[in-house]
Amino acid sequence: MSPENGKHLPENYATGLNFEATELTLGLPGKPRVTISDGGAKSGTKRGFLETVDLNLGDKDCGQSQIDVQEAAKSPVSKAQVVGWPPVRGFRKNAMKSCKYVKVAVDGAPYLRKVDLQMYSSYQLLLSSLEDMFSCFIMRNYLNEKKIVDQVNGLEYVPTYEDKDGDWMMVGDVPWQMFVESCKRLRLMKSSEAIGLAPNTPPKCSSTT
Amino acid sequence: MFWGNRKTLKMNYFPDEVLEHVFDFISSHKDRNSVSLVCKSWYKIERYSRQRVFIGNCYSISPERLIARFPGLKSLTLKGMPHFADFNLVPHDWGGFVYPWIKALAKSRIGLEELRLKRMVVSDESLELLSKSFLNFKSLVLVSCEGFTTDGLAAIAANCRFLRELDLQENEVDDHRGHWLSSFPESCTSLVSLNFACLKGEINLGAIERLVARSPNLKSLRLNRAVPFDTLQKLLMQAPQLVDLGTGNFVHDPSSEAYNKLKSAIQRCKSIRSLSGFLEVAPHCMSAIYPICANLTFLNLSYAPGLHGNDLTKLIQHCRKLQRLWILDCIGDKGLGVVASTCKELQELRVFPSDLIGAGNAAVTEEGLVHISAGCPKLNSLLYFCQQMTNAALITVAKNCPNFIRFRLCILDPQKPDPVTNQALDEGFGAIVQSCKGLKRLSLSGLLTDQVFLYIGMYAEQLEMLSIAFAGDSDKGMLYVLNGCKKLRKLEIRDCPFGNEALLEDVGKYETMRSLWMSSCEVTLGGCKTLAEKMPSLSVEIINEIEQMEFSLDDMQKVEKMYLYRTLVGHRKDAPEFVWIL
Repeated sequence: MSPENGKHLPENYATGLNFEATELTLGLPGKPRVTISDGGAKSGTKRGFLETVDLNLGDKDCGQSQIDVQEAAKSPVSKAQVVGWPPVRGFRKNAMKSCKYVKVAVDGAPYLRKVDLQMYSSYQLLLSSLEDMFSCFIMRNYLNEKKIVDQVNGLEYVPTYEDKDGDWMMVGDVPWQMFVESCKRLRLMKSSEAIGLAPNTPPKCSSTT
Repeated sequence: MFWGNRKTLKMNYFPDEVLEHVFDFISSHKDRNSVSLVCKSWYKIERYSRQRVFIGNCYSISPERLIARFPGLKSLTLKGMPHFADFNLVPHDWGGFVYPWIKALAKSRIGLEELRLKRMVVSDESLELLSKSFLNFKSLVLVSCEGFTTDGLAAIAANCRFLRELDLQENEVDDHRGHWLSSFPESCTSLVSLNFACLKGEINLGAIERLVARSPNLKSLRLNRAVPFDTLQKLLMQAPQLVDLGTGNFVHDPSSEAYNKLKSAIQRCKSIRSLSGFLEVAPHCMSAIYPICANLTFLNLSYAPGLHGNDLTKLIQHCRKLQRLWILDCIGDKGLGVVASTCKELQELRVFPSDLIGAGNAAVTEEGLVHISAGCPKLNSLLYFCQQMTNAALITVAKNCPNFIRFRLCILDPQKPDPVTNQALDEGFGAIVQSCKGLKRLSLSGLLTDQVFLYIGMYAEQLEMLSIAFAGDSDKGMLYVLNGCKKLRKLEIRDCPFGNEALLEDVGKYETMRSLWMSSCEVTLGGCKTLAEKMPSLSVEIINEIEQMEFSLDDMQKVEKMYLYRTLVGHRKDAPEFVWIL
């Protein structure tokens, strides 16, 4: 469910369309299939599944995931979406869609985790969960300072996030819902490196919530 | 001495009341149907004593005929749209309206008590009419239905004075955020089962608390995601007798008072055997339920993507008595290994995909399934979405688990071969059908040739339902199945090279089946017309979403979607414009 996996095509893509990967060759039924191992387009089969891709991109109500053929060509790993495939009930597909997953990185930690921001209703709960995940830290005075301290090395970590505009902000400065909507990823930054971020960044919009 | 025919003598010896009493013990629909075919007298006794009727296709019979035959009807189950409607292959407004049924039943003297609907269109008007027409109405179960709002639910709540069961499973409900729960009058104390997990909107928390408090018989309660953690705790305090619980929002701070309160509330619920929900959950929350895990027989975590492999395995290690497990593939192959070593009583496993945009992050493979088969010999029902499968694995699974009744395998990449040998998966599935002599339902995936259908036709003697996608090479494939599977009732096919030859070889076969679905295959309009002509007892529907002008009436034109079913009442009158009944 990684958001990186498809919506933004590289700038030079428009001129460099890879037509070969999307080339469809049809064979008559009964003829032996020639399969291509990377699983993009298949030649020789009556219905390579790329044929059944629904290019109705503007329709949100369809309930099924849609993707354009160019995207499939660009990244052989991400499959073109076939109508009604995988065979999962629309209800379930819609229920799973409403997750807002963001990656969480911690300076110095060798791994990333993912959290679903929609699971939390406040900063406290989010930070508490982060504490669990990177369990070598303890929370200190999270109500006020929103800092996390590593028990082992005594370093203070400041939770920060990258917003929709690509700016790095301190966690906690905007109302929770606004944060959920604009947060793209989280990073627990070492305090020393967070000096560049204004600790009391004014909220980005003037609404009060 | 008058001996006569010994059989006739035996049958006529018993007075009607005795036969009726005997028939009381026969509850299976199939058996009761058989009973009614024995002779006229049995038919008569059976029909007057029948209380439960199951109609697998609402267009196969009319409500009038149902009412005429079974005046004692109390419980009706109806199914509407074909199964592939679940995957958006059937356009909206195709049909399956329940209103005419409710209207007809309401006009009659039938004392309906229970209505169970699947894949039907249910309007608020229908619900209101239902709620006002049957004094003794007790139970409403809606599965994968649509067309109603919380206003309709309010009518049910307000008017069904003896309501015991309101069970809403995965319906698309327009949530008006009204106070439908408050529509249950104070006098309503009869609830045994309440499931509103699929509702998306807010509910009145005070109302649900009071409702649960005055429902001493409540055994099953499934909440929606709007019910917060501390409300859950209050509800559990009121209903320690619960057997089946579906949580709503399960996010909390483990150091909070609410968490401790919930832990002690849960510990009092010694009867909980079935647990689901967790629609919003964070990993650290799950320890609250450890105390009740030891007795669980059903666990559904398939809507909880926030739980990762480790969280899941930690939990499952407490669940030694589990018989049914529904989970997401983030459990991973290793996690399934933990399931295999812990859950020795496991009968049913469903592993759903967590990555629905096909980004290639599927987390289980054939390994996980092999672990399960080795550790859980009682396994008889499987739904498994995976990244890949091998013939070797399927052969092992077939050997380890000969008891499969339902086997549904979905390899997320259509037409994917065995990654080790690059072969089709014919041999693997062949092993399954050969070994599992009681197999009733099968869904295939991966690269498959006509050979797999030869195996299915040869060995799958009990097969009733078969789902095929992107498989086969020629008409032979479909013919093997139609000729071989004598008990086949439902066949659904998409994107396969099966055409008119297969469709028309044995037209009488379709009268022995409930329905056939074929989409994106090779059948033509001409072929469907021929079939419809030869078999007036079938309804052959062409579902055509293309603009009428573009769709040529040329018999050579391939048909995009065809759905045919046997029916006793001819063509339905409620078909929309895009459905053409031949």
